[in-house]
Amino acid sequence: MDWGYIFSVMISSAFGVEAIVFGLAAIGINMQFGYTGLLNFGQSAFMAIGGYSIAVTVVQLGVSFWWGIVIGFIASVLLALLLGVPTLRLRADYLAIVTIAASEIVRLLVRSVTLKGIFGGSDGLQSFSGGFFALNPIPVGDYNLGPVNFTNRELFVLLVGWLLIALACLLTWLLVRSPWGRVLKGIREDEDAVRSLGKNVYLYKMQALIIGGMIGTVAGFVFAVGNEAVSPDFFGTDTTFFAYAILILGGAARVFGPVLGTVIFWAIIQGTDVFLRSGIDAGLPVISLMSGSQAAVIRFILVGLMIMLLMIFRPQGILGDRKELALDAR
Amino acid sequence: MPDKEAVAPGSRKEAAVNALADVPRTPGAAKPDPILVADNVVRRFGGLTAVDVDHVEIQRGAITALIGPNGAGKTTFFNLLTGFDVPDTGSWLFNGKDLAGVPAYKVARLGMIRTFQLTKALSRMTVLENMRLGATGQSGERILASLFKFTWGSQEKSITERADDLLKRFNMFEKRGDFAGSLSGGQRKLLEMARALMTAPEMVMLDEPMAGVNPALTQSLLGHIKDLREQGMTVLFVEHDMDMVRDISDWVIVMAQGQVIAEGPPDEVMQNEAVIVAYLGGHHDKALTASGVSFTEEAQS
Repeated sequence: MDWGYIFSVMISSAFGVEAIVFGLAAIGINMQFGYTGLLNFGQSAFMAIGGYSIAVTVVQLGVSFWWGIVIGFIASVLLALLLGVPTLRLRADYLAIVTIAASEIVRLLVRSVTLKGIFGGSDGLQSFSGGFFALNPIPVGDYNLGPVNFTNRELFVLLVGWLLIALACLLTWLLVRSPWGRVLKGIREDEDAVRSLGKNVYLYKMQALIIGGMIGTVAGFVFAVGNEAVSPDFFGTDTTFFAYAILILGGAARVFGPVLGTVIFWAIIQGTDVFLRSGIDAGLPVISLMSGSQAAVIRFILVGLMIMLLMIFRPQGILGDRKELALDAR
Repeated sequence: MPDKEAVAPGSRKEAAVNALADVPRTPGAAKPDPILVADNVVRRFGGLTAVDVDHVEIQRGAITALIGPNGAGKTTFFNLLTGFDVPDTGSWLFNGKDLAGVPAYKVARLGMIRTFQLTKALSRMTVLENMRLGATGQSGERILASLFKFTWGSQEKSITERADDLLKRFNMFEKRGDFAGSLSGGQRKLLEMARALMTAPEMVMLDEPMAGVNPALTQSLLGHIKDLREQGMTVLFVEHDMDMVRDISDWVIVMAQGQVIAEGPPDEVMQNEAVIVAYLGGHHDKALTASGVSFTEEAQS
């Protein structure tokens, strides 16, 4: 057993591209679910819009990825309006149903054979990150950061990614400390009460949905550029639910909840994977009864178990406030 | 706007009672200075007509009670007037402005504010945050302005001062940092009323303000409602407790089966035959005969 290796994998996944992508997605969900109480189960659709708008503009239209970013933001606002206009006047569960269906529609659309010429079918699109990496100021070479090794390209993606997370956190913090954020929290508690005080609840819910969706779109940008590829099957409902797990793990309605959540989530997911695999190689008792592919599944069972234990002993998440949760919700 | 000029305590009660002295004691009677006039307001739920009000007027600056047996349509009528429900037909004017089809939040902005039968304290927000939320016209509630504290910081300060003053008046100042969810039922009622006052309303509609409030708090709540009138606000409230209705209201409107069946000052209304029938049934004062047979016959008749 090479504990040093396991540790280095945990560190590199805790701060890796996937941690950034899911962290951003969870920050968006935090705005919608954590502060406003909107159940958006379609975050993966907003991420798909982000990923594919960069991929399609660069690969199919041959223009700069900056246009992809502009198009991605516009498209995600349109999607939020499309989802929100019919459902936000209704009870919370309608939004949940509509968003989960919409995310599957988006995934199946970009996967479809008919549109293979645009979205690349189930293979997705590749090699469109050149424009982004051309901006890389870090000299070519490998860099050692403690136990972890990065190429200059990886380092650039991580740098930009964590900068985006910092910006998203700053935005969240600025918004929720203001009277605007107070209205959101009021809506989460009881929207009729807020309505009776003269606030246009529908408008606030729409704004929260749009902002959360746009942050999800940024997650899609990072995913596409960082992996230099997009494929439809990443944007399934699993992705949305991982982001929810991350949010709940870290603590909903806390600015840094999603960030802490994503770091811990990915450290554990990848850490247990490497641990189990090297356990199999080393012939450890019990663990070596599994095959490698079984180990890959076991880690999700372990994460599920961890979230269950957390819900039982610390239902507010790691950063949450127990006092707040102890109150009866209504 | 409630006018701010100082008035002698109790003088507004006198003014309200005097103004209503000559109003005929009939359902739908015209008032000398109505703030709210409703016409032909009908709401059906399937086959059930929950509200069917031909005409009703609410006197400005008075405390009007809306009473009636369970299922009379009082709360539904409240919901319709405040935009929380949409009637099948009808129109109603608040300060001469037609409110039919106006959404609830706009009704509140026009100065007609309501509370709820089941108190809606925002549990996971502090008492002070509940109060601040009530203030209207906050520039920091616009999304772009909210990002820059200098655009709303000073307004926030004055809102907080106003909230603190109100909390002191309602004896809740020491609770300002507590979560609203940790308050007792009565304190939540107080908070809801205080929060409604943060909007500086012209008319306050209270849906069963005394339900679930312990007797010790009842007196203080009653005092606060009378206070609203002294500050020039109009109050319309739904209540079941007759002692309370008699104590604080200047005028009583009685509803039964969706319709207004009687109106008048509290003492007269409670003697009204139609009201007694609505509450107790048609033959309540007839002696029951000894034999069960004739009783059944009477029930069938």
